[in-house]
Amino acid sequence: MSRDPRTVLPTPSQTVGPFYGYALPFPGGPDIAPAGHPDTLTVHGHVYDGDGAPIPDAIVEIWQPGPDGDRSGAPGSLRRDPVTGGYAGRDGVTFTGFGRIATDADGHWAVRTLPPGGAPYLSVCVFARGLLHHLYTRIYLPGPATDADPLLAGLAPERRATLLATEDRPGVHRFDIRLQGAEETVFLDFR
Amino acid sequence: MTPTQQDISREIDGERQDYLAAGQVRHHPARDYAPYRSSALRHPLRPPVTVHDPEAVELSGPVFGVTDVTETDADLTLAHTGEPLGERITVTGRVLDRAGRPVRGQLVELWQANAAGRYAHLRDQHPAPLDPNFTGFGRCLTDDRGAYSFTTIKPGAYPWRNHDNAWRPAHIHFSLFGTAFTQRLVTQMYFPGDPLFAYDPILQSVTDDAARERLVATYDHDLSTPERSLGYRWDIVLDGPAATWIEEGR
Ligand SMILES: [Fe+3]
Repeated sequence: MSRDPRTVLPTPSQTVGPFYGYALPFPGGPDIAPAGHPDTLTVHGHVYDGDGAPIPDAIVEIWQPGPDGDRSGAPGSLRRDPVTGGYAGRDGVTFTGFGRIATDADGHWAVRTLPPGGAPYLSVCVFARGLLHHLYTRIYLPGPATDADPLLAGLAPERRATLLATEDRPGVHRFDIRLQGAEETVFLDFR
Repeated sequence: MTPTQQDISREIDGERQDYLAAGQVRHHPARDYAPYRSSALRHPLRPPVTVHDPEAVELSGPVFGVTDVTETDADLTLAHTGEPLGERITVTGRVLDRAGRPVRGQLVELWQANAAGRYAHLRDQHPAPLDPNFTGFGRCLTDDRGAYSFTTIKPGAYPWRNHDNAWRPAHIHFSLFGTAFTQRLVTQMYFPGDPLFAYDPILQSVTDDAARERLVATYDHDLSTPERSLGYRWDIVLDGPAATWIEEGR
């Protein structure tokens, strides 16, 4: 065992609050797949609170490997226009592996991406007003690697189901995030 | 019935006593911190599932580069043709990991209210003026020392509806990335000596006194510039699992 190198104390988390909307979201945030890519996969869903009410002020962030399994990512998610100071948008070619989506007034979000390689899931980080510390979860996509996944295998069936995207139609998957309640999503803690 | 400040202050004190009695250091706020009413329906009731997998995708993370920022993104006073109202400030510091190593070339984002305490956001409708010369968001990449620096104005305190006569102390929201997705941090920086600290359930959700202190910037006179601006220093340490460190040399 290596010694725990964590010798410096961390800065505490605080809620993202309700007013990040003019700062964090960016055009192209949901478009991880290069424009027009034939393998584009859409994943969408709602974020719900403990009453089952949709949360209109949540942010869903996605991080994932490329289809080739490369986990090194690439810059350019937020590409800025040095002339106008606005967003130039993604370059339409580079796969950065990162997406950020604010839920709409109906608590709905959608990401367009490519299937991850080397792991059967998209990593998710959820922020919201009322949430003092973000939450991690995973969106597992249907397939043999998901069926063999050790994390999923260790969960009771009804808990496991909260991590499985369900196919609406070819290329479109649904994944709802429930912050609290009977069908509460499984959230993850990394050690 | 809307709780009073006295009700909330009593709850804040109760939470702090419970924390002290438990005798275990907790650096981050509990997600179920009742004095912050919005947390009631928005925190999981079940404990998180622990992941020990060294192959976890979350031990890597997104990267950003020169195309993701423009030079003026770090100066919030340049976003419009005129000068914003308020006290011009510099906020600078270093982003470190829990081993004290600099986090280099990563994205720092910041957003805030204007000098009157109003956000450039349609849902903020409290009767303080908008400033046509201030929007209030910026970003930069950390340098080789892990340092960031922003020029902005000091935000005002503002009211909110958590309870009767609820006011947030002046604060700047920050968003940070490390080299692993598990190091992700969204937090708020506060200004030293603010009389509203004790009344605010969001700041007080950090029940550990020393941890809460780490959310407060230091006034640094050497960072102030004559006739121009006041300087604040605030270092940020990203948390993360010990597993993050096994992959040396990344
Ligand atoms: Fe705020």
